[in-house]
Amino acid sequence: MEYDIFQLQYALDTFYFLVCGALVMWMAAGFAMLEAGLVRSKNTVEILTKNVTLFAVACIMYMVVGYSIMYGGDIFLSTITGSGAVEGGEENATYAPSADFFFQVVFVATAMSIVSGAVAERMKLFAFLAFAVVMTGFIYPMEGSWTWGGNPVFGLYTLGDLGFLDFAGSGIVHMAGAAAALAGVILVGARKGKYGPNGEVNAIPGANLPLATLGTFILWLGWFGFNGGSVLATASVDSANAVAVVFMNTNLAAAGGCIGALLIAKLLFGKADLTMALNGCLAGLVAITAGPDTPSALQATIFGALGGLLVVFSITTLDKLKIDDPVGAISVHGVVGLLGLLLVPVTNDGASFSGQVIGALTIFGWVFVASMITFFVIKMVMGLRVSEEEEYEGADLSECGMEAYPEFASAK
Amino acid sequence: MKLVTAVIKPFKLDDVREALSTIGVQGITVSEVKGFGRQKGHTELYRGAEYVVDFLPKVKIEIAIADGMVDQTIEAISKAAQTGKIGDGKIFVSSLEHVTRIRTGETGEEAL
Repeated sequence: MEYDIFQLQYALDTFYFLVCGALVMWMAAGFAMLEAGLVRSKNTVEILTKNVTLFAVACIMYMVVGYSIMYGGDIFLSTITGSGAVEGGEENATYAPSADFFFQVVFVATAMSIVSGAVAERMKLFAFLAFAVVMTGFIYPMEGSWTWGGNPVFGLYTLGDLGFLDFAGSGIVHMAGAAAALAGVILVGARKGKYGPNGEVNAIPGANLPLATLGTFILWLGWFGFNGGSVLATASVDSANAVAVVFMNTNLAAAGGCIGALLIAKLLFGKADLTMALNGCLAGLVAITAGPDTPSALQATIFGALGGLLVVFSITTLDKLKIDDPVGAISVHGVVGLLGLLLVPVTNDGASFSGQVIGALTIFGWVFVASMITFFVIKMVMGLRVSEEEEYEGADLSECGMEAYPEFASAK
Repeated sequence: MKLVTAVIKPFKLDDVREALSTIGVQGITVSEVKGFGRQKGHTELYRGAEYVVDFLPKVKIEIAIADGMVDQTIEAISKAAQTGKIGDGKIFVSSLEHVTRIRTGETGEEAL
């Protein structure tokens, strides 16, 4: 009888893990729609292609070598078989090992897709994919091994021992993605015409705000899997309660972020900027991701609102620094990712401010430097940026040879 | 024969079309254009960056008509398209050298 209950718990936890992983996979659609909506129509096909292919690259590279760097085991996932240990043995698995890979791999893809929006409209597709190979196969797994993997950082110190805690990845996934994005943006440069000679910031409006909004809602839904699945179990009263709290807080943080950003945008610009409200929802989600389990409902809402306020200021500040980020990825995931990490000790004694700071610096330092080097090598080998003429005509034609909204095709 | 070209506010298109059919005009061509005369543009905001939109959406109507119909056509369009506010548009009349009906090959006023 006890064995039957164990089987049920194993099955339920595995099922839960897989469903949450599937929800996080759905975030890839969210990123694709959000980014497609915020770029110009002439660059839409290229960014969609980037989003689809980076996801595929992430899945494959993490399978080939990334997972083994992060968690041990042989390359090509050859140590994970279909069956897990059921009784006794060194590791009492409570869910299927392949489910662990599946859940982890979609997080890698999420981190990678943060980069695609920031370098949109001017980076070569294959230069980006070359970077994706390195990021998902090596850069992310390395910092992942120091955090969720529990390994010491180059043998020097162990983040978990220093009080570093990142529940679902504000730092490990989001800030890491933003660090890579920042490296890419710095090396690829701003879009032509974005910044004027006297410090003017020129607007380059997105072509499809309905898609951007759809993308945001899809991300919001997927985030329930992102944070909810990070509880890692559901088949007990305690873990089920934790899952429920996480879902509730995740949702409230998004709501808080949306309103926070909307109000601040109205105050600063006099109008309700939809794109800021959308970024606000995401900022709220990122802000709660490091610690969705310990805050109260009100605290979660406030944390989200802080993320929403911060993201608006960050977006305008980055533009003043001539860091061109068409979708606000560096602000939403990087700046607010850091905020998310720093908010954890407020409600969780298991984390310390110093631990969070050291962890943040470690993650950011590693990913930023490694990304700069990788992007630089790619720049030397094949070039990062499309030519000026190609940028003018649109990346869709130069990289993909097709238009997103063809108006002059002869078959009508 | 004359070509009457009118640039009007988009929401006035239905009124103008009805007015033209009342006076017996049988065919028109419509295109969506943008432009400005003395009506100024406006500023929009995108993520904290202001930009000026000079052009406003307008609708251009082109009608090929017989010389005798020009005055009625101008009057019909003017009355239907007018709002009294800035940006109502303009009507241009130019000479039309030649007209052919593609289906039958008719030319001249019979093709109008």
